[in-house]
Amino acid sequence: MSIKIENLTFIYNENTPFESKALDNINLEINDGEFVGLIGHTGSGKSTLIQHLNGLLKPTSGTIKIGDVDITEKGISLKEIRQKVGLVFQYPEHQLFEETVYKDIAFGPQNLGLSEEEIDKRVREAMELVGLDFEAISERSPFELSGGQKRRVAIAGVLAMKPEVLVLDEPTAGLDPKGRDDILGQIQNLYEKNKMTIILVSHSMEDIARLVNKIIVMHKSKVAMVGTPREIFKRAEELESLGLGAPQITYFMKAFKSKGHEVREDVLTVQEAKEEILKYLRRIKNA
Amino acid sequence: MLKNITIGQYFPGETIIHRLDPRVKLIATFALIIALFFINRFYPYILVVAFILAVIKLSKVPFSFVIKGLKPLYMIIGITFLINVFMTRGEILFEIGPLDVTKEGLIQATFMALRLIFLVMITSLLTLTTSPISLTDGIERLLKPLSKVGVPAHELAMMMTIALRFIPTLLEETDKIMKAQMARGADFESGNIMNRAKSLVPLLVPLFVSAFRRADELAMAMEARCYRGGENRTRMKELKYQRADFVALGITGLLIAIIIICRYI
Repeated sequence: MSIKIENLTFIYNENTPFESKALDNINLEINDGEFVGLIGHTGSGKSTLIQHLNGLLKPTSGTIKIGDVDITEKGISLKEIRQKVGLVFQYPEHQLFEETVYKDIAFGPQNLGLSEEEIDKRVREAMELVGLDFEAISERSPFELSGGQKRRVAIAGVLAMKPEVLVLDEPTAGLDPKGRDDILGQIQNLYEKNKMTIILVSHSMEDIARLVNKIIVMHKSKVAMVGTPREIFKRAEELESLGLGAPQITYFMKAFKSKGHEVREDVLTVQEAKEEILKYLRRIKNA
Repeated sequence: MLKNITIGQYFPGETIIHRLDPRVKLIATFALIIALFFINRFYPYILVVAFILAVIKLSKVPFSFVIKGLKPLYMIIGITFLINVFMTRGEILFEIGPLDVTKEGLIQATFMALRLIFLVMITSLLTLTTSPISLTDGIERLLKPLSKVGVPAHELAMMMTIALRFIPTLLEETDKIMKAQMARGADFESGNIMNRAKSLVPLLVPLFVSAFRRADELAMAMEARCYRGGENRTRMKELKYQRADFVALGITGLLIAIIIICRYI
Protein backbone atom coordinates (compact mmCIF):
# COMPACT_ATOMS: atom_id res chain seq x y z
CA MET A 1 0.00 0.00 0.00
CA SER A 2 1.63 3.25 -1.11
CA ILE A 3 1.40 6.55 0.70
CA LYS A 4 1.52 9.92 -0.98
CA ILE A 5 1.66 13.14 1.03
CA GLU A 6 1.27 16.48 -0.71
CA ASN A 7 1.78 19.97 0.76
CA LEU A 8 0.87 18.74 4.24
CA THR A 9 0.84 21.46 6.88
CA PHE A 10 -0.35 21.06 10.44
CA ILE A 11 -0.68 23.79 13.05
CA TYR A 12 -1.35 22.99 16.72
CA ASN A 13 -3.76 25.30 18.57
CA GLU A 14 -4.47 27.40 15.52
CA ASN A 15 -5.66 30.96 16.22
CA THR A 16 -4.62 30.90 19.88
CA PRO A 17 -1.57 32.43 21.55
CA PHE A 18 -0.14 28.89 21.76
CA GLU A 19 -0.16 28.35 17.99
CA SER A 20 2.77 26.34 16.67
CA LYS A 21 3.54 24.84 13.29
CA ALA A 22 4.30 21.14 13.72
CA LEU A 23 4.45 20.25 10.03
CA ASP A 24 5.40 22.65 7.30
CA ASN A 25 4.60 21.79 3.68
CA ILE A 26 5.58 18.13 3.72
CA ASN A 27 5.81 16.29 0.39
CA LEU A 28 6.59 12.59 0.56
CA GLU A 29 6.07 9.39 -1.32
CA ILE A 30 6.34 5.97 0.28
CA ASN A 31 5.99 3.07 -2.13
CA ASP A 32 4.35 -0.27 -1.56
CA GLY A 33 6.74 -2.69 0.12
CA GLU A 34 9.26 -0.15 1.32
CA PHE A 35 10.90 -0.23 4.73
CA VAL A 36 11.24 3.41 5.68
CA GLY A 37 13.22 4.85 8.58
CA LEU A 38 11.98 8.16 9.94
CA ILE A 39 14.61 10.04 11.91
CA GLY A 40 14.81 13.49 13.40
CA HIS A 41 15.59 15.44 16.49
CA THR A 42 13.04 15.40 19.35
CA GLY A 43 10.25 17.79 18.41
CA SER A 44 11.03 17.73 14.69
CA GLY A 45 7.50 16.62 13.84
CA LYS A 46 7.92 12.85 13.42
CA SER A 47 5.14 11.86 15.81
CA THR A 48 2.79 14.47 14.37
CA LEU A 49 3.48 13.17 10.88
CA ILE A 50 2.76 9.54 11.69
CA GLN A 51 -0.49 10.44 13.44
CA HIS A 52 -1.67 11.88 10.15
CA LEU A 53 -1.16 8.58 8.36
CA ASN A 54 -4.24 6.96 9.88
CA GLY A 55 -6.36 10.02 10.36
CA LEU A 56 -5.81 10.57 14.08
CA LEU A 57 -4.87 14.14 13.25
CA LYS A 58 -6.49 16.13 10.48
CA PRO A 59 -4.13 18.28 8.41
CA THR A 60 -4.55 22.04 8.49
CA SER A 61 -3.94 21.91 4.74
CA GLY A 62 -2.67 19.41 2.17
CA THR A 63 -3.61 15.88 1.19
CA ILE A 64 -2.64 12.35 2.22
CA LYS A 65 -3.34 9.46 -0.10
CA ILE A 66 -3.25 5.89 1.19
CA GLY A 67 -3.40 3.71 -1.91
CA ASP A 68 -5.96 5.53 -4.04
CA VAL A 69 -7.95 6.88 -1.11
CA ASP A 70 -7.56 10.50 -0.07
CA ILE A 71 -8.02 10.27 3.69
CA THR A 72 -8.35 14.02 4.13
CA GLU A 73 -11.64 14.00 2.22
CA LYS A 74 -14.84 14.39 4.17
CA GLY A 75 -16.98 11.36 4.92
CA ILE A 76 -14.14 8.89 4.59
CA SER A 77 -14.39 5.74 6.72
CA LEU A 78 -11.71 6.22 9.34
CA LYS A 79 -12.19 2.69 10.61
CA GLU A 80 -11.13 1.35 7.24
CA ILE A 81 -8.07 3.61 7.16
CA ARG A 82 -7.10 2.58 10.69
CA GLN A 83 -7.36 -1.06 9.68
CA LYS A 84 -5.09 -0.49 6.69
CA VAL A 85 -2.52 1.61 8.52
CA GLY A 86 -1.54 0.09 11.87
CA LEU A 87 0.04 2.55 14.27
CA VAL A 88 2.13 1.37 17.22
CA PHE A 89 2.72 4.27 19.60
CA GLN A 90 5.71 4.89 21.80
CA TYR A 91 5.53 2.72 24.92
CA PRO A 92 2.52 0.88 23.51
CA GLU A 93 2.30 -1.30 26.64
CA HIS A 94 0.68 1.70 28.37
CA GLN A 95 -2.47 1.10 26.36
CA LEU A 96 -3.09 -2.46 27.63
CA PHE A 97 -6.33 -2.72 29.58
CA GLU A 98 -7.98 -6.14 29.34
CA GLU A 99 -8.00 -8.95 31.87
CA THR A 100 -6.20 -11.36 29.60
CA VAL A 101 -3.66 -11.10 26.83
CA TYR A 102 -6.12 -12.80 24.48
CA LYS A 103 -8.87 -10.27 25.07
CA ASP A 104 -6.47 -7.38 24.69
CA ILE A 105 -5.19 -8.53 21.33
CA ALA A 106 -8.77 -9.27 20.25
CA PHE A 107 -9.83 -5.67 20.95
CA GLY A 108 -8.82 -4.37 17.52
CA PRO A 109 -10.38 -7.20 15.45
CA GLN A 110 -13.54 -6.94 17.57
CA ASN A 111 -13.84 -3.26 16.71
CA LEU A 112 -13.66 -4.28 13.06
CA GLY A 113 -16.73 -6.43 13.65
CA LEU A 114 -15.17 -9.78 12.71
CA SER A 115 -16.55 -13.21 13.59
CA GLU A 116 -15.39 -15.11 16.68
CA GLU A 117 -13.48 -17.69 14.60
CA GLU A 118 -11.75 -15.02 12.55
CA ILE A 119 -10.81 -13.15 15.73
CA ASP A 120 -9.42 -16.34 17.29
CA LYS A 121 -7.40 -17.04 14.15
CA ARG A 122 -6.02 -13.53 14.07
CA VAL A 123 -5.06 -13.50 17.75
CA ARG A 124 -3.11 -16.74 17.29
CA GLU A 125 -1.41 -15.42 14.17
CA ALA A 126 -0.52 -12.08 15.74
CA MET A 127 0.95 -13.76 18.81
CA GLU A 128 3.04 -16.01 16.64
CA LEU A 129 4.28 -13.06 14.59
CA VAL A 130 5.66 -11.37 17.69
CA GLY A 131 7.00 -14.61 19.15
CA LEU A 132 4.59 -15.07 22.06
CA ASP A 133 3.59 -18.57 23.14
CA PHE A 134 -0.21 -18.79 22.78
CA GLU A 135 -0.70 -21.68 25.21
CA ALA A 136 1.46 -20.19 27.94
CA ILE A 137 0.45 -16.55 27.80
CA SER A 138 -2.94 -15.95 26.19
CA GLU A 139 -4.96 -16.45 29.39
CA ARG A 140 -2.63 -14.48 31.66
CA SER A 141 -3.13 -10.88 32.69
CA PRO A 142 -1.07 -8.53 30.52
CA PHE A 143 -0.09 -6.61 33.65
CA GLU A 144 1.94 -9.47 35.11
CA LEU A 145 4.18 -9.92 32.08
CA SER A 146 7.71 -8.54 31.67
CA GLY A 147 8.28 -5.22 29.92
CA GLY A 148 9.36 -6.80 26.64
CA GLN A 149 6.44 -9.23 26.65
CA LYS A 150 3.95 -6.44 27.37
CA ARG A 151 5.26 -4.50 24.43
CA ARG A 152 4.92 -7.52 22.17
CA VAL A 153 1.33 -8.00 23.31
CA ALA A 154 0.65 -4.38 22.40
CA ILE A 155 2.26 -4.77 18.99
CA ALA A 156 0.28 -7.98 18.44
CA GLY A 157 -2.86 -5.97 19.23
CA VAL A 158 -2.12 -3.79 16.21
CA LEU A 159 -0.98 -6.68 13.97
CA ALA A 160 -4.23 -8.55 14.66
CA MET A 161 -5.99 -5.89 12.59
CA LYS A 162 -3.91 -7.08 9.62
CA PRO A 163 -2.69 -3.69 8.50
CA GLU A 164 -1.00 -3.30 5.15
CA VAL A 165 1.18 -0.49 6.42
CA LEU A 166 2.74 -0.73 9.88
CA VAL A 167 4.02 2.41 11.57
CA LEU A 168 6.14 1.97 14.70
CA ASP A 169 7.17 4.89 16.92
CA GLU A 170 10.39 3.92 18.71
CA PRO A 171 9.36 0.32 19.33
CA THR A 172 12.58 -0.49 21.21
CA ALA A 173 12.73 2.46 23.61
CA GLY A 174 13.51 1.31 27.15
CA LEU A 175 14.02 -2.38 26.32
CA ASP A 176 17.07 -4.46 27.22
CA PRO A 177 19.41 -5.53 24.36
CA LYS A 178 17.78 -8.92 23.96
CA GLY A 179 14.25 -7.51 23.94
CA ARG A 180 15.38 -4.94 21.42
CA ASP A 181 16.95 -7.50 19.08
CA ASP A 182 13.90 -9.78 19.35
CA ILE A 183 11.47 -7.04 18.41
CA LEU A 184 13.61 -5.69 15.59
CA GLY A 185 14.02 -9.23 14.25
CA GLN A 186 10.26 -9.71 14.26
CA ILE A 187 9.76 -6.40 12.49
CA GLN A 188 12.24 -7.46 9.83
CA ASN A 189 10.32 -10.71 9.45
CA LEU A 190 7.07 -8.84 8.95
CA TYR A 191 8.74 -6.89 6.20
CA GLU A 192 10.40 -9.82 4.47
CA LYS A 193 7.85 -12.59 4.90
CA ASN A 194 4.56 -10.74 5.18
CA LYS A 195 5.48 -8.04 2.65
CA MET A 196 4.25 -5.23 4.85
CA THR A 197 5.15 -1.62 4.16
CA ILE A 198 6.88 -0.49 7.33
CA ILE A 199 7.69 2.95 8.70
CA LEU A 200 10.04 2.87 11.67
CA VAL A 201 10.72 5.88 13.86
CA SER A 202 13.94 5.45 15.80
CA HIS A 203 16.78 7.33 17.44
CA SER A 204 19.18 4.46 16.93
CA MET A 205 21.13 5.08 13.74
CA GLU A 206 22.51 1.52 13.98
CA ASP A 207 19.03 0.00 13.87
CA ILE A 208 17.98 2.27 11.05
CA ALA A 209 21.12 1.52 9.02
CA ARG A 210 20.69 -2.21 9.49
CA LEU A 211 17.01 -2.49 8.65
CA VAL A 212 15.57 0.10 6.33
CA ASN A 213 15.91 0.76 2.62
CA LYS A 214 14.88 4.40 2.65
CA ILE A 215 15.43 7.17 5.19
CA ILE A 216 13.40 10.31 5.74
CA VAL A 217 15.12 12.96 7.86
CA MET A 218 12.93 15.56 9.52
CA HIS A 219 14.10 18.85 10.92
CA LYS A 220 12.10 21.74 12.34
CA SER A 221 8.75 20.54 10.94
CA LYS A 222 10.17 19.99 7.45
CA VAL A 223 11.58 17.09 5.48
CA ALA A 224 15.33 17.76 5.41
CA MET A 225 16.56 14.76 3.40
CA VAL A 226 15.22 11.65 1.69
CA GLY A 227 17.39 8.83 0.35
CA THR A 228 18.83 5.38 0.81
CA PRO A 229 20.76 4.77 4.05
CA ARG A 230 24.04 4.91 2.14
CA GLU A 231 23.19 8.28 0.61
CA ILE A 232 21.99 9.72 3.88
CA PHE A 233 24.75 8.50 6.19
CA LYS A 234 27.39 9.75 3.75
CA ARG A 235 26.30 13.21 4.86
CA ALA A 236 27.26 12.58 8.48
CA GLU A 237 28.32 16.16 9.18
CA GLU A 238 25.05 17.52 7.86
CA LEU A 239 23.19 15.03 10.05
CA GLU A 240 25.17 16.16 13.06
CA SER A 241 24.18 19.76 12.44
CA LEU A 242 20.56 18.53 12.69
CA GLY A 243 21.24 16.91 16.06
CA LEU A 244 21.54 13.43 14.55
CA GLY A 245 24.48 11.34 13.41
CA ALA A 246 25.64 8.28 11.53
CA PRO A 247 26.17 4.75 12.90
CA GLN A 248 29.33 4.36 15.01
CA ILE A 249 30.83 1.94 12.52
CA THR A 250 30.50 4.52 9.73
CA TYR A 251 32.47 6.97 11.85
CA PHE A 252 35.06 4.28 12.52
CA MET A 253 35.53 3.57 8.82
CA LYS A 254 35.92 7.27 8.12
CA ALA A 255 38.60 7.59 10.80
CA PHE A 256 40.27 4.43 9.56
CA LYS A 257 40.40 5.80 6.02
CA SER A 258 41.75 9.15 7.16
CA LYS A 259 44.73 7.29 8.62
CA GLY A 260 45.69 6.38 5.07
CA HIS A 261 43.90 3.05 4.63
CA GLU A 262 42.11 2.69 1.31
CA VAL A 263 38.67 1.45 2.44
CA ARG A 264 35.12 2.43 1.55
CA GLU A 265 33.51 5.05 3.79
CA ASP A 266 29.87 4.33 3.17
CA VAL A 267 29.74 1.24 5.36
CA LEU A 268 26.60 0.83 7.45
CA THR A 269 26.92 -2.30 9.56
CA VAL A 270 29.63 -4.09 11.51
CA GLN A 271 29.26 -7.09 9.21
CA GLU A 272 29.87 -4.94 6.16
CA ALA A 273 32.85 -3.26 7.82
CA LYS A 274 34.37 -6.62 8.64
CA GLU A 275 34.15 -7.76 5.04
CA GLU A 276 35.50 -4.47 3.74
CA ILE A 277 38.50 -4.56 6.11
CA LEU A 278 39.25 -8.20 5.29
CA LYS A 279 39.12 -7.36 1.60
CA TYR A 280 41.44 -4.43 2.20
CA LEU A 281 43.90 -6.55 4.19
CA ARG A 282 43.99 -9.18 1.45
CA ARG A 283 44.56 -6.46 -1.11
CA ILE A 284 47.63 -5.04 0.66
CA LYS A 285 48.95 -8.53 1.37
CA ASN A 286 48.84 -9.42 -2.35
CA ALA A 287 50.24 -6.10 -3.43
CA MET B 1 -10.65 17.02 21.66
CA LEU B 2 -9.43 17.85 25.13
CA LYS B 3 -8.10 21.22 24.06
CA ASN B 4 -11.31 23.06 24.98
CA ILE B 5 -11.05 22.21 28.66
CA THR B 6 -9.36 24.98 30.59
CA ILE B 7 -8.47 24.14 34.13
CA GLY B 8 -6.55 26.37 36.48
CA GLN B 9 -7.62 29.36 34.43
CA TYR B 10 -4.83 31.61 35.66
CA PHE B 11 -4.39 34.75 33.58
CA PRO B 12 -0.74 35.75 34.05
CA GLY B 13 0.00 39.38 34.79
CA GLU B 14 2.09 41.76 36.84
CA THR B 15 -0.61 44.04 38.18
CA ILE B 16 -1.22 45.13 41.75
CA ILE B 17 -4.07 42.61 42.02
CA HIS B 18 -1.80 39.79 40.89
CA ARG B 19 0.85 40.80 43.41
CA LEU B 20 -1.48 40.93 46.40
CA ASP B 21 -0.81 38.35 49.08
CA PRO B 22 -2.86 35.22 48.29
CA ARG B 23 -4.06 35.14 51.90
CA VAL B 24 -5.55 38.61 51.48
CA LYS B 25 -7.29 37.58 48.27
CA LEU B 26 -8.64 34.41 49.84
CA ILE B 27 -9.95 36.17 52.94
CA ALA B 28 -11.44 39.03 50.93
CA THR B 29 -13.12 36.60 48.54
CA PHE B 30 -14.72 34.55 51.31
CA ALA B 31 -15.78 37.59 53.28
CA LEU B 32 -17.35 39.16 50.20
CA ILE B 33 -19.22 35.99 49.30
CA ILE B 34 -20.72 35.84 52.76
CA ALA B 35 -21.51 39.55 52.64
CA LEU B 36 -23.36 39.05 49.34
CA PHE B 37 -26.01 37.11 51.23
CA PHE B 38 -26.56 40.00 53.63
CA ILE B 39 -27.76 42.27 50.87
CA ASN B 40 -31.52 42.79 50.95
CA ARG B 41 -31.98 45.89 48.79
CA PHE B 42 -30.77 46.94 45.41
CA TYR B 43 -28.45 49.83 45.98
CA PRO B 44 -25.62 47.95 47.79
CA TYR B 45 -25.31 45.94 44.58
CA ILE B 46 -24.19 49.13 42.83
CA LEU B 47 -21.22 49.23 45.21
CA VAL B 48 -20.47 45.55 44.58
CA VAL B 49 -20.57 46.07 40.80
CA ALA B 50 -18.31 49.11 41.12
CA PHE B 51 -15.91 47.08 43.28
CA ILE B 52 -15.81 44.15 40.84
CA LEU B 53 -15.33 46.43 37.83
CA ALA B 54 -12.53 48.27 39.62
CA VAL B 55 -10.76 44.98 40.39
CA ILE B 56 -11.16 43.81 36.77
CA LYS B 57 -9.77 47.13 35.53
CA LEU B 58 -6.81 46.98 37.92
CA SER B 59 -6.00 43.34 37.15
CA LYS B 60 -6.07 43.93 33.35
CA VAL B 61 -7.93 40.63 32.90
CA PRO B 62 -10.12 40.89 29.78
CA PHE B 63 -13.76 41.31 30.80
CA SER B 64 -14.76 38.43 28.52
CA PHE B 65 -12.62 36.05 30.62
CA VAL B 66 -14.57 36.88 33.75
CA ILE B 67 -17.85 36.44 31.89
CA LYS B 68 -16.66 33.11 30.49
CA GLY B 69 -16.64 31.77 34.04
CA LEU B 70 -20.41 32.25 34.10
CA LYS B 71 -21.06 30.14 31.03
CA PRO B 72 -21.27 26.71 32.69
CA LEU B 73 -23.66 28.19 35.24
CA TYR B 74 -26.28 29.73 32.93
CA MET B 75 -28.55 26.75 33.58
CA ILE B 76 -28.18 26.83 37.35
CA ILE B 77 -28.75 30.59 37.49
CA GLY B 78 -31.77 30.26 35.20
CA ILE B 79 -33.33 27.45 37.22
CA THR B 80 -32.70 29.25 40.52
CA PHE B 81 -34.36 32.33 39.09
CA LEU B 82 -37.43 30.44 37.89
CA ILE B 83 -37.88 28.47 41.10
CA ASN B 84 -37.73 31.66 43.13
CA VAL B 85 -40.15 33.46 40.82
CA PHE B 86 -42.79 30.75 41.08
CA MET B 87 -42.32 29.50 44.62
CA THR B 88 -42.47 32.73 46.58
CA ARG B 89 -45.87 33.68 47.96
CA GLY B 90 -47.11 37.25 48.04
CA GLU B 91 -48.85 39.88 45.97
CA ILE B 92 -49.81 38.28 42.67
CA LEU B 93 -48.80 40.26 39.59
CA PHE B 94 -49.99 37.86 36.89
CA GLU B 95 -50.49 34.16 36.30
CA ILE B 96 -48.96 31.77 33.80
CA GLY B 97 -51.19 28.70 33.73
CA PRO B 98 -51.24 27.20 37.22
CA LEU B 99 -48.21 29.27 38.27
CA ASP B 100 -48.39 32.62 40.04
CA VAL B 101 -45.82 35.31 39.53
CA THR B 102 -45.59 37.49 42.62
CA LYS B 103 -43.86 40.77 43.23
CA GLU B 104 -41.93 39.26 46.14
CA GLY B 105 -41.00 36.32 43.94
CA LEU B 106 -39.53 38.53 41.24
CA ILE B 107 -37.50 40.51 43.76
CA GLN B 108 -36.30 37.38 45.53
CA ALA B 109 -35.39 35.71 42.20
CA THR B 110 -33.44 38.73 41.00
CA PHE B 111 -31.53 38.84 44.28
CA MET B 112 -30.65 35.16 44.06
CA ALA B 113 -29.54 35.43 40.44
CA LEU B 114 -27.45 38.53 41.15
CA ARG B 115 -25.86 36.83 44.16
CA LEU B 116 -24.90 33.79 42.10
CA ILE B 117 -23.53 35.92 39.27
CA PHE B 118 -21.42 38.05 41.60
CA LEU B 119 -20.30 34.99 43.55
CA VAL B 120 -19.00 33.35 40.39
CA MET B 121 -17.40 36.57 39.16
CA ILE B 122 -15.59 37.15 42.45
CA THR B 123 -14.25 33.61 42.65
CA SER B 124 -13.19 33.65 38.99
CA LEU B 125 -11.32 36.87 39.68
CA LEU B 126 -9.50 35.09 42.50
CA THR B 127 -8.40 32.15 40.33
CA LEU B 128 -7.71 34.36 37.31
CA THR B 129 -5.29 36.58 39.21
CA THR B 130 -3.67 34.04 41.53
CA SER B 131 -1.42 31.25 40.26
CA PRO B 132 -2.41 27.81 41.59
CA ILE B 133 0.84 27.53 43.49
CA SER B 134 0.45 30.78 45.40
CA LEU B 135 -3.18 29.86 46.02
CA THR B 136 -2.19 26.65 47.78
CA ASP B 137 0.54 28.55 49.60
CA GLY B 138 -2.06 30.95 50.88
CA ILE B 139 -4.39 28.14 51.94
CA GLU B 140 -1.57 26.43 53.78
CA ARG B 141 -0.69 29.57 55.73
CA LEU B 142 -4.33 30.28 56.53
CA LEU B 143 -4.87 26.73 57.80
CA LYS B 144 -1.64 26.70 59.81
CA PRO B 145 -3.20 27.75 63.12
CA LEU B 146 -5.53 24.76 62.76
CA SER B 147 -2.62 22.32 62.70
CA LYS B 148 -2.51 22.70 66.49
CA VAL B 149 -5.85 20.93 66.66
CA GLY B 150 -4.72 18.25 64.27
CA VAL B 151 -5.60 19.61 60.83
CA PRO B 152 -2.80 18.49 58.47
CA ALA B 153 -2.47 21.91 56.81
CA HIS B 154 0.81 21.31 55.03
CA GLU B 155 -0.22 17.88 53.79
CA LEU B 156 -3.50 19.23 52.43
CA ALA B 157 -1.72 22.03 50.61
CA MET B 158 0.89 19.62 49.23
CA MET B 159 -1.85 17.32 47.98
CA MET B 160 -3.55 20.22 46.22
CA THR B 161 -0.30 21.37 44.66
CA ILE B 162 0.47 17.90 43.36
CA ALA B 163 -3.05 17.43 42.06
CA LEU B 164 -2.88 20.72 40.18
CA ARG B 165 0.55 19.88 38.85
CA PHE B 166 -0.69 16.59 37.39
CA ILE B 167 -3.82 17.84 35.65
CA PRO B 168 -2.02 18.76 32.41
CA THR B 169 0.06 15.56 32.56
CA LEU B 170 -3.03 13.41 32.90
CA LEU B 171 -4.81 15.28 30.11
CA GLU B 172 -1.85 14.62 27.85
CA GLU B 173 -1.83 10.96 28.89
CA THR B 174 -5.57 10.68 28.21
CA ASP B 175 -5.07 12.13 24.76
CA LYS B 176 -2.27 9.66 24.05
CA ILE B 177 -4.17 6.58 25.23
CA MET B 178 -7.28 7.71 23.41
CA LYS B 179 -5.31 7.94 20.18
CA ALA B 180 -3.67 4.57 20.76
CA GLN B 181 -7.08 2.92 21.22
CA MET B 182 -8.54 4.79 18.26
CA ALA B 183 -5.66 3.40 16.19
CA ARG B 184 -7.05 -0.01 17.18
CA GLY B 185 -10.48 0.94 15.95
CA ALA B 186 -11.99 2.12 19.23
CA ASP B 187 -14.85 4.58 18.89
CA PHE B 188 -15.42 7.11 21.66
CA GLU B 189 -17.89 9.33 19.93
CA SER B 190 -20.89 7.42 18.65
CA GLY B 191 -23.42 4.96 20.04
CA ASN B 192 -25.89 5.22 22.91
CA ILE B 193 -25.03 5.98 26.52
CA MET B 194 -24.40 2.35 27.49
CA ASN B 195 -22.04 1.78 24.57
CA ARG B 196 -20.26 5.02 25.24
CA ALA B 197 -19.77 4.19 28.90
CA LYS B 198 -18.45 0.79 27.90
CA SER B 199 -16.08 2.30 25.37
CA LEU B 200 -14.45 4.26 28.18
CA VAL B 201 -13.03 1.10 29.77
CA PRO B 202 -10.08 0.89 27.34
CA LEU B 203 -9.34 4.51 28.24
CA LEU B 204 -9.84 4.47 32.00
CA VAL B 205 -7.99 1.28 32.88
CA PRO B 206 -4.67 2.37 31.33
CA LEU B 207 -5.19 5.86 32.74
CA PHE B 208 -5.60 4.55 36.29
CA VAL B 209 -2.66 2.20 35.90
CA SER B 210 -0.46 5.05 34.78
CA ALA B 211 -1.76 7.44 37.46
CA PHE B 212 -0.87 4.91 40.16
CA ARG B 213 2.51 4.31 38.58
CA ARG B 214 3.19 8.04 38.50
CA ALA B 215 2.08 8.45 42.11
CA ASP B 216 4.40 5.66 43.14
CA GLU B 217 7.33 7.14 41.28
CA LEU B 218 6.66 10.61 42.67
CA ALA B 219 6.48 9.31 46.24
CA MET B 220 9.76 7.50 45.72
CA ALA B 221 11.43 10.58 44.21
CA MET B 222 10.20 12.75 47.08
CA GLU B 223 11.47 10.32 49.68
CA ALA B 224 14.79 10.06 47.88
CA ARG B 225 15.11 13.79 48.50
CA CYS B 226 14.23 13.37 52.18
CA TYR B 227 10.77 14.92 52.05
CA ARG B 228 9.30 14.74 55.54
CA GLY B 229 6.17 16.85 55.54
CA GLY B 230 5.29 20.01 57.37
CA GLU B 231 7.16 20.21 60.64
CA ASN B 232 10.09 22.64 60.76
CA ARG B 233 9.94 23.07 57.03
CA THR B 234 11.11 26.45 55.75
CA ARG B 235 10.06 27.87 52.43
CA MET B 236 11.80 29.63 49.59
CA LYS B 237 9.12 32.29 49.21
CA GLU B 238 7.87 33.52 52.57
CA LEU B 239 4.52 35.26 52.38
CA LYS B 240 4.71 38.74 53.88
CA TYR B 241 1.97 41.34 54.06
CA GLN B 242 2.87 44.54 52.18
CA ARG B 243 1.25 47.93 52.42
CA ALA B 244 -0.94 47.21 49.40
CA ASP B 245 -2.31 44.16 51.20
CA PHE B 246 -3.48 46.23 54.15
CA VAL B 247 -5.02 48.79 51.80
CA ALA B 248 -6.85 46.00 49.92
CA LEU B 249 -8.10 44.47 53.16
CA GLY B 250 -9.20 47.92 54.32
CA ILE B 251 -11.18 48.64 51.17
CA THR B 252 -12.85 45.24 51.19
CA GLY B 253 -13.61 45.61 54.92
CA LEU B 254 -15.18 48.99 54.30
CA LEU B 255 -17.36 47.60 51.51
CA ILE B 256 -18.50 44.72 53.70
CA ALA B 257 -19.21 47.08 56.57
CA ILE B 258 -21.38 49.26 54.33
CA ILE B 259 -23.25 46.21 53.07
CA ILE B 260 -23.99 45.02 56.60
CA ILE B 261 -24.97 48.49 57.83
CA CYS B 262 -27.33 48.85 54.87
CA ARG B 263 -29.17 45.75 55.97
CA TYR B 264 -29.91 46.97 59.47
CA ILE B 265 -30.85 50.59 58.90
